[in-house]
Amino acid sequence: METNKLSRRAFIAGSGSVALGVMLGGWTGARGGASLLLPEAAAADASFSPVAWVSLAPDNTAVIYSPASEMGQGTMTAIPMIVAEEMELDWHKVRVEQAPADPRRFGNPGFGGAMVTGSSRTVKGYYDALRLAGLQARLVLVQAAAGKWGVPAADIRAERSTLIHVPTGRRMAYGDLVDGARVPAELPKVDKSMLKPMSAFAIIGKDLPRVEVPAKSDGSAAFGIDVRLPGMLWAAILHAPVQGEKPLAVVDSAALAVPGVKKVVRLPAGVAVVADSFATARKARDLLEVKWSEEAKARSYDSEAALKEFAARAERLDEAGAVWHKHGDAAQKLSGAARVFRATYTTDHVAHVTMEPMNCTARAEGEAIEIWVPSQSPSGVIGIVAAGAGYKPENIKVHITLLGGGYGRRAEADYSLDAALLAKAMPGVPIQVIWTREDDFQRARPRPMTAQHLVAGIDAEGRIVGWRHRLVSEGIVARTAPAAYQKSGGRDAPVMEGADGVYQIADQLVEHCREQRGVDVSFWRAVGAGYTKFSIETLIDEIAGAAGKDPLQYRLDLTSDTPRAQAVLREAAAMAGWGGSRKPGHALGLAFSDAWSTFIAMVAEVSMSEGRPVVHRLWAAVDCGHAISPANIKAQVEGAALFGLSAALGERLVYKGGQVQQHNLDTYPLLRANQAPVVEVTVLPTDNPPGGMGEVGLPPVAPAVANAVARLTGKRLRNLPFPQTI
Amino acid sequence: MIEFMLNGKQVSADVADDKPLLWVLREDFQLTGTKFGCGMAQCGACTVHFNGQPTRSCVLPAAAVKGASVTTVEGLMRTDAGQALRKAWVAHQVPQCGYCQSGQLMTAAGMLAGADGPLSREQVLEGMAGNLCRCGTYNRIADAVVSVQKSAT
Repeated sequence: METNKLSRRAFIAGSGSVALGVMLGGWTGARGGASLLLPEAAAADASFSPVAWVSLAPDNTAVIYSPASEMGQGTMTAIPMIVAEEMELDWHKVRVEQAPADPRRFGNPGFGGAMVTGSSRTVKGYYDALRLAGLQARLVLVQAAAGKWGVPAADIRAERSTLIHVPTGRRMAYGDLVDGARVPAELPKVDKSMLKPMSAFAIIGKDLPRVEVPAKSDGSAAFGIDVRLPGMLWAAILHAPVQGEKPLAVVDSAALAVPGVKKVVRLPAGVAVVADSFATARKARDLLEVKWSEEAKARSYDSEAALKEFAARAERLDEAGAVWHKHGDAAQKLSGAARVFRATYTTDHVAHVTMEPMNCTARAEGEAIEIWVPSQSPSGVIGIVAAGAGYKPENIKVHITLLGGGYGRRAEADYSLDAALLAKAMPGVPIQVIWTREDDFQRARPRPMTAQHLVAGIDAEGRIVGWRHRLVSEGIVARTAPAAYQKSGGRDAPVMEGADGVYQIADQLVEHCREQRGVDVSFWRAVGAGYTKFSIETLIDEIAGAAGKDPLQYRLDLTSDTPRAQAVLREAAAMAGWGGSRKPGHALGLAFSDAWSTFIAMVAEVSMSEGRPVVHRLWAAVDCGHAISPANIKAQVEGAALFGLSAALGERLVYKGGQVQQHNLDTYPLLRANQAPVVEVTVLPTDNPPGGMGEVGLPPVAPAVANAVARLTGKRLRNLPFPQTI
Repeated sequence: MIEFMLNGKQVSADVADDKPLLWVLREDFQLTGTKFGCGMAQCGACTVHFNGQPTRSCVLPAAAVKGASVTTVEGLMRTDAGQALRKAWVAHQVPQCGYCQSGQLMTAAGMLAGADGPLSREQVLEGMAGNLCRCGTYNRIADAVVSVQKSAT
């Protein structure tokens, strides 16, 4: 279960006058240098911030600043709950605001201090820091009350935004301390041993409604595309047909003749039309005549042909790849195995298709630029605008809006550079760039296309004795953080995640072989675990079947030293009635995942219709340790499972000559309401650090369905998406 | 220049005849509840009621709107039916990213208004099949719609 060790440099410092520290570095988009979560001076006249994360008002309400991007995963509720727990805030008096895009104050320790939302790392990354910050804030208030009352701090207890002097029962609201309160020169020293035990949680673990759901239930929620500024213009862009090409000559007279068109601007990889309406800009954009360069490496990329080459390379066992995981001597154990299983798996590119297309609004004034953007990565936006549009990081002000879907696409910041360059070309004028759905496909940053070759050997008792897993694909970290990638010896965490896990197989070799074909691939919900768990979990099922063992029992045997894994396996099986009888023509399939330090088991009930699997129901049991909001965890598993099912059943992005072949939803089918199985989820909280949750429901769904299909048809599915006819 | 009824009020707009209604609403009337998703009537994010019928506004030219009656999610929310849906959406914690939900609400409202009797869960899922949700909230949408029917009877 590799998390990104490269960028994990968070620490808690107990020395000196400041007790909480976060070090920056390791993430390409981040601004470098060390910094500290310093206590804030009172943010406004009438409020008090004992720590940067919270501002108290005299009416006893509290504003908690939510640092991560809200894209439906519930972070805007979960993160403030963590602060409120240790600070003993009355949740009904809490308001949540998006934190300013200031990584020095609000960066994620799990990303080396960068402000990035992704990799299922928000709760995981901020958890300890925010519990400690909440505790510190509470201690500051207790001390202030002790001073005001002239009593020992040890006699004061905090509860629901109220301070209580225990011997006398005297009470004071947090808000009553706001007037005249000061952050002490030396903040109270705190450490993890002072945090509440799980049994004392009053907010964490409660099913609190998500704070932004009401606005999303009446059409009033504002996303990036809904930003409106006085005098704002809109831009549509004719993008280079192939990545890496640039405009050489532009004929724009027809576009400029369209009433409402203000300007045509050449961009590094496109030509933009700015107009007083997006509809006008788009219409005029289609009238541009552009001669493009024809020199990009991507021109030679035909994904269907490349996939065959990837597969052949994956099967070349004597070619050494970059070692992702190695234990014992897999090759030797395989040569002595009683029986050896070999299988090659392929997975196509898939696109994110966030329902809100990429967009960004920017306004430049002199040396400064202000940006409104639905992004998963404020740090990435600052980085790309600084590097690509020539603004100093301190002069770039970023406002993160609600995101109409992220799924990893908005961890990339390419669209924000378009807006910044246009704003720079038209100083003082706010410009909103919108990519059409066709643009969104054309400039897709898809999940890596992969070929995987797995070899597993079993002994006479059916136990796995040796395991090799070779994965061939484009890299992600290799592109986004090349120096770190090189230094690590070719470890590409998102690409390879899920390839190693808790199964007790002593002798293993897991390798990555990198391809470079000129088309960038990127983070797509669950990234690696979406295909590594597919190959692993279907092969495990196949081996269990060949060894005459029950797939559930086989997995329980492989996890005998991981009780948490066994518990979710048993629970999901019980939910589904594993081992019982099913309707004729129906079968169950099981899969397991341990990615992002969270354990999940999923069972799918499937039948076949005209050679296609019909998924009737999914059951999942999940243990992510401390479960911040079980109701929201269920929603995340439901959503991620359907996202993964959609991809497995039919999503496929094909490139020919470097050009994407699918341009809109008519040729890229997504799962619809009448194809959605019911997803039942049981959350099994345990007293462990929280694992990731936003992606966890995805990896087990494709193998669970494939394993059910194998039970029904005898055919093993080894491709994502599944073949159109099985 | 087009004149039409928008959320119960007579309005006019000086726009090109081929400007899609979606952009007229979003740009000329600042009604941003109606969303741009695909631009080719595939996803349903831009659904409005056009003379009472759920309709994709992204492919409906302004010229076709002359004299018609248009209701957006903002208008729906001023009705009892809209409020009932809103409450059910919150109670079931339906939205995730939330971007498609205006369109979901408009389609659900149209479906309920046009239904002869109570719809089954399966009928609701069938009726909502034209509205994509990338976050996978379909089951909660169905539960919310079914609950609205129950509370109405």
